[in-house]
Amino acid sequence: MTPNGSSGERSVASEEDRKLSYIEAISEALREEMRRDEDIIVIGEDVGGEFGGAFNVTKGFEDEFGRRRILNMPMTENAFIGAATGMALMGLRPVIEVQFADFITSGYDAIVQFAATNHYRWGGAVPWVIRAPSDGGISSGPFHSQNPEAWFMHTPGLKVVAPATPADAKGLLLSAIRDNNPVIYFESKPLYRSLKGVVPEEGIAIPIGQARVAREGTDVTIVTYGAMVHESLKAAEEISSQGIDTEIVDLRTLKPMDCETVLASARKTSRILIVHSANRLVGAGAEVAALIADEAFESLDAPVRRLGGRDVPVPFSPPLEKAYRPSVDDIANAVKELVTW
Amino acid sequence: MRSLSDEELIQVYEWMKLTRVLDDRIVSLWKQGRGVGSTFSGRGHEAIAVGASYALGPDDVVAPMHRDLGCYLVRGITPRRILANQLGRATGVTQGRDANLHGIGDLSLGIIGFVSHLPQSMSPALGAAMAFLYREEPRVSMAFVGDGSSSTGLFHEVLNLAAVQRAPFVVVVENNRYAYSTPLHQQMAIDDIADRGQAHGVAAEIVDGNDVEAVHAVTAEAIARARSGGGPSLIECKTMRMHGHAIHDGAEYVPAELLVEWERRDPIAHLEKIFFERDIVEEALIEEIGQKCRRIVDDAVEYAESSSWPDPASLEEGVYAP
Repeated sequence: MTPNGSSGERSVASEEDRKLSYIEAISEALREEMRRDEDIIVIGEDVGGEFGGAFNVTKGFEDEFGRRRILNMPMTENAFIGAATGMALMGLRPVIEVQFADFITSGYDAIVQFAATNHYRWGGAVPWVIRAPSDGGISSGPFHSQNPEAWFMHTPGLKVVAPATPADAKGLLLSAIRDNNPVIYFESKPLYRSLKGVVPEEGIAIPIGQARVAREGTDVTIVTYGAMVHESLKAAEEISSQGIDTEIVDLRTLKPMDCETVLASARKTSRILIVHSANRLVGAGAEVAALIADEAFESLDAPVRRLGGRDVPVPFSPPLEKAYRPSVDDIANAVKELVTW
Repeated sequence: MRSLSDEELIQVYEWMKLTRVLDDRIVSLWKQGRGVGSTFSGRGHEAIAVGASYALGPDDVVAPMHRDLGCYLVRGITPRRILANQLGRATGVTQGRDANLHGIGDLSLGIIGFVSHLPQSMSPALGAAMAFLYREEPRVSMAFVGDGSSSTGLFHEVLNLAAVQRAPFVVVVENNRYAYSTPLHQQMAIDDIADRGQAHGVAAEIVDGNDVEAVHAVTAEAIARARSGGGPSLIECKTMRMHGHAIHDGAEYVPAELLVEWERRDPIAHLEKIFFERDIVEEALIEEIGQKCRRIVDDAVEYAESSSWPDPASLEEGVYAP
């Protein structure tokens, strides 16, 4: 699909020029979709004006789209997420920013009780997206570092995505906006400006529910998503010198999960490590482990292992947070243990 | 205060009477053990549910709740669909997905279905109003809430946001004096919930919730103001919950004299008195309307009780929109 509002002739620039940071890719996706479809509006705290959001994702949007489409909200997540549901019921496609994923709890009823159940109960579709800046590793403390994706995976009626690359950040946001259901889009704060990648100029939507093999390998599979994809890639490179060939499955969508890709890799390598920065206990990885136990048990050469955040609030001080999160070393060691099982 | 012609007032009476007959029948079905799960009575709330929603236009949107049977009827949900929903049948509005009046939503009739977490439909109703603003459509959105809801943070968040947005939004507060078993004086230290509207810059009025002419007049004015860009309103309708919170609840905690006092102010009897005082209708017409309502409700009971149960194979259908 070609955005009809993009500003001019087809770019003849080199691929290098189309490298965007992860956060630029989010911004570009949103801008392109808003040019394409007048039903899309942005709603959230501090999203308007010159400021354009706590992370400047919507910087300049008010100038281009006007205050009518960039709705600056008072500190009322419960009210404005609910209001977005009403807008969606009337045919608009609100993109909600919750500033930090941690603050999503302030609108929890509006999400899990109302929006998520609505279509099942009486058939009213709720096509909104919540952009939730998540994850830590950058000393942001207990309330600006959380990964609450499992809460929403546990809620029927929601879709949950968590892109790991700039191209996916763009492509999954396009799909999330075009989807007719409530989608929670967990964007990764640690990747915002640290990660650049080639992003197609044309809006190429990445289908919701499709995982990606981020690295092909034969000895062991790491199933992961978000920032931990990159920690896993680093670990895989490190141990490749020791002759361990690691496959990495980037889930991209947590709900509905691409079970086929996960199972195909499990059957191929027979050894599975699951990694996420969200708390390990009852995290997304537990569901992956259960899936493999159910469907690929006879293919396993070793127990399924999981790495995740510890069962504590995300601590602030660097040594504590480092102890909380899986590291490249933790991942490399876990893989080595699996291959020598 | 009169905003309804005699003919309109008779129509309003018909809706109120149908509401009462259907409500009474639902209570009776449950007492006879023919119900499914729990249910609610809105007895005594007919003037509010009917009077306020009668003032809406066909393109307006409303988010009623469990005391507002009359609102669903006025908007066009038939007694058949309501009873089938109450009995969990495939022909109910939610096809067996949601209980009693919960989840009775139908966008073709401008109704947003509610959830138990009151007043969670206040914010979607406000969002509908914000969508009308965005599209510059002359439409209005209305939400019903109770006195209990007015203590939540969301109630205040929504009023504040509605005022800031100058949204075409009307909140009807049914102050029926009890949130389940908790009386007003244990819920709030003020006398009037309307004060909470004014605190947020929302035009607020208090009206006798058992006087349908008053409810309609005040609501119609608020709707007209909202439609012409004058922003949101809150209408506090003072009334009394005449039955328990839900069907199982005998409400022994309500002083008997309070119920006696409010029974004397019954909204339907009140309107009948007006008819006779103003010589608007003959007693025979009242009788005829009552019979018509009973026929409609008899038919709805038969329809609902003979409707099929939902197919368990459909369990997972509709979780997601296509």
